[in-house]
Amino acid sequence: MRALYIARRFAVFLLIVWLAASLNFFLPRLSGQDPVRTKLLAEAQLGGYVHAGIEDMVKEYNQKFGLDRPLWRQYLSYLGDTAQLDFNYSISNYPRTVRDLIAEALPWTVGLLGMTTLLSFGIGSFLGALLAWPGAPRWMRYVMPPLWALHAIPFFLLGLILMYLFAFQLRLLPIFGGYSPGASPGFNIRFVLDVMAHATLPALSIILVATGGWALGMRGMMVTTMGEDYVTFAEAKGLRASTIFLRYCVRNAILPQTTALALALGQILSGAVLVEVIFGYPGIGALLFQAIRENDHFLIQGIVFTVIVALGFTTFILDVLYPWLDPRISYQRT
Amino acid sequence: MLRYLKRNPSLTVGIGFLGVLVVFIAVGMILIDPEDARPLSAPALHPPSWAYPFGTDRQGRDLFAAMVVGTPLTLRIGFIAGILGVVIGTILAFVAGFYRGIVDTAIRGVADIGLTVPGLLILIIIAVSVRGGLTVNQMALVVASLAWLNPTRTIRSQVLTLRERGYVEVARLSGMNGPEIIFFEMIPNLLPYLGATLVNAVSAAILASIGLEVLGLGPLEAPTLGMTLYWVNFNAAIINGWWWWWMAPIVIILLVFLGLFFMTVGLDEIANPRLRRSI
Amino acid sequence: MNALRIEGLRVSFDHPLGVVRAVDDVSFALRPNERFGLVGESGSGKSTMALAIMRMIRPPGHIDGGDILLGDTNLSTLSGDAIRRTRLAGIAMVPQGSMNALNPVMRVGAQVADAMRDHGVQPRDIDQLMARVGLPAGTVEKYPHELSGGMKQRVCIAIAICLRPTVIIADEPTSALDVVVQRQVMRTLAVVQQDLNAAILLIGHDMGLMAQFVDRLGVMYAGRLVEIAPIAEIVRKPRHPYTEMLIASLPSMDHKDALRGIPGLAPLLRDLPSGCAFHPRCPKARDRCRAERPLPREIEGGVLAACHFA
Repeated sequence: MRALYIARRFAVFLLIVWLAASLNFFLPRLSGQDPVRTKLLAEAQLGGYVHAGIEDMVKEYNQKFGLDRPLWRQYLSYLGDTAQLDFNYSISNYPRTVRDLIAEALPWTVGLLGMTTLLSFGIGSFLGALLAWPGAPRWMRYVMPPLWALHAIPFFLLGLILMYLFAFQLRLLPIFGGYSPGASPGFNIRFVLDVMAHATLPALSIILVATGGWALGMRGMMVTTMGEDYVTFAEAKGLRASTIFLRYCVRNAILPQTTALALALGQILSGAVLVEVIFGYPGIGALLFQAIRENDHFLIQGIVFTVIVALGFTTFILDVLYPWLDPRISYQRT
Repeated sequence: MLRYLKRNPSLTVGIGFLGVLVVFIAVGMILIDPEDARPLSAPALHPPSWAYPFGTDRQGRDLFAAMVVGTPLTLRIGFIAGILGVVIGTILAFVAGFYRGIVDTAIRGVADIGLTVPGLLILIIIAVSVRGGLTVNQMALVVASLAWLNPTRTIRSQVLTLRERGYVEVARLSGMNGPEIIFFEMIPNLLPYLGATLVNAVSAAILASIGLEVLGLGPLEAPTLGMTLYWVNFNAAIINGWWWWWMAPIVIILLVFLGLFFMTVGLDEIANPRLRRSI
Repeated sequence: MNALRIEGLRVSFDHPLGVVRAVDDVSFALRPNERFGLVGESGSGKSTMALAIMRMIRPPGHIDGGDILLGDTNLSTLSGDAIRRTRLAGIAMVPQGSMNALNPVMRVGAQVADAMRDHGVQPRDIDQLMARVGLPAGTVEKYPHELSGGMKQRVCIAIAICLRPTVIIADEPTSALDVVVQRQVMRTLAVVQQDLNAAILLIGHDMGLMAQFVDRLGVMYAGRLVEIAPIAEIVRKPRHPYTEMLIASLPSMDHKDALRGIPGLAPLLRDLPSGCAFHPRCPKARDRCRAERPLPREIEGGVLAACHFA
């Protein structure tokens, strides 16, 4: 039962991987000509010090994706390369490979996104749960409306405002980048503090926006849960208010909240890309922005594939963990 | 109507915010020459003054004119994509929720998987592929290509609950066929809900279009709100202290999103009376 | 002394269209080890009364007055934590059979244990407790969705008796269970009640079930108690016209004619008829019934009725 459930979830994950690769292959070709080839040829004609390398790339590209080869063979070559995580060289950063660049940027994004998502989900759910509980603290009445209003605006817009206030006007925090220019990356206190200072504003613009949404969702779920029979019976059992709150209400209301989290990951990531762009944070989003500016197709495709697969994998993990949270699922339903 | 708005403050605030924008655009249209929204029509980097109430940008656009011309463009992208998304989503949702079976499994599967994928990335691939510069309308279509996912999912679940209601069963027993039940029994009951979904979809579409634009994939010639922010970012206007450049677009975008958000809350209250007192 | 005595209890709900009085000046008492039944139509206030006795009425409802005496403690004057500790330890509840009374994400054993722990009792012998209500060993490790309706109800009974309360309120404990399971659950309830020497307040609308189970019966109509009498007495000779019609509506071997219901509709609680609330449906109604509200009075030893003509 359990194995079947996991296998099925894994199949969905593989499906997502395949879809992401196919999207990368077919979408650019829909326009009739191959924009990758166009770009490569343009680059090759420019000449310059990377000239020789680009020529090699064109040669290899033509060998694999040349017009004389049938589309399905090109497609198979593409799938083969992708399966080996070979996304070719970065056109704009030759001779660095796309895989290298992504490997460098990915930890920054995973760190920023993991931390902000966990914090906003945790804080938001907690606030929402408290808010639904009778006798919620008075201060919440003043904290929540601004959070709800913030929740309606895009991450990066708040980012611009925060950047102006805290980095430009008050000069409290660094305005740009992932660490100070000239700092020597390494695992020492100074560098870690420097990185944290640089991450504060990007993280705040995500947390302040996302928290209100989770609070709103959790409050709704709590109100529904508190009307359930088992909560009434729990009260009749003479349980302490804290037991009823945590083990009966929150414990059940968090289930649909978690499902919503899995569904929201894509949206959160889309928003975070823009936050990275405006703060010049050295993650996937900023790398993507650079790739778009330079029209670096290999890099764009590599990033899109990696991110979709990473998110698909996270969803897969959440799916596998979910029955542990809700025993009713018990691995049988899809 | 007016009396109802009094009881639904969220809807009133939402409509109010958008109303302010409409008035701004209408009055602006009278005052400005749309040509001033183009580069080189004014001195560069001029702070707000009587001649240029919102200031000018580095390329010499009159930002007041740019806002008056650009806001409706951004709204247009949102509405085209949002409406297309909800129409397609509604059709798919009814097909899936009403006829069930393998069709339902397929539609639900596609929507579910599509939603776990970050939409912006797919849009980027599409936008990069059709290079050569998007027009505003093409932009709307690109955004619409993913705008149906969320409406499909949410409306489908509504259809499923509606199916179980007594009056749908009665209509079926009285010999109405599928389309008749959908149009005469289910859609009227879903209208407030469809309204809320539409407003949500418009909001999501505007967000997506601004995202693409900030990344530099928008219509480079058009002064949409997102393109203005692209130039703000491109010229590092914040670090350089050109505050007026980003102030106007940010305030307008805030009004748009807050207005749409309060409208959804208000419409939700109509669609789902049990949630009243929600804010 | 009585196990539980209710004196002049009044509960009402605030409603946009006016105040709804759900329990209106109700008094009765349960003797130790007694099984007392309370019947009435839905909306007659019997379930509200169960919640009121547990002091669990939530806004917009509120208790307007009256005393709830459990032994010699007055529950209506207890505050916060004291009333919480009295629940389950002094007075326990068996929920409706149709309810999802168990937390779906907790093993049932843990749901017994947390009740004990929150009353300062070290959880132990939960397996024995389960055996006493007729549940197989290993039930403690199960989740509610793995149990049948009857088993879940036994778990609820096990929880109700785990701290040996002196009063158990059972609010339609067998609703939504099929007849065979219904009888088993009632038998379990009877057995544990004997064990504990507890008094039971059984709430329901099924006269047949009541007749088999309880010693004395109270009849509620529109939030008011209209008759109290020993069960044999009430079946033999109902004093209130409403009770009379309830008994007459029971299917029986003697008269094979069509089932008779009670004509008319239950009144709206927020808009009660003047005088005796039952008068619009009562065949014996006179002018006096429209004008003057009859109070419960003792007709003969142990029989009370609230009717001018009883």
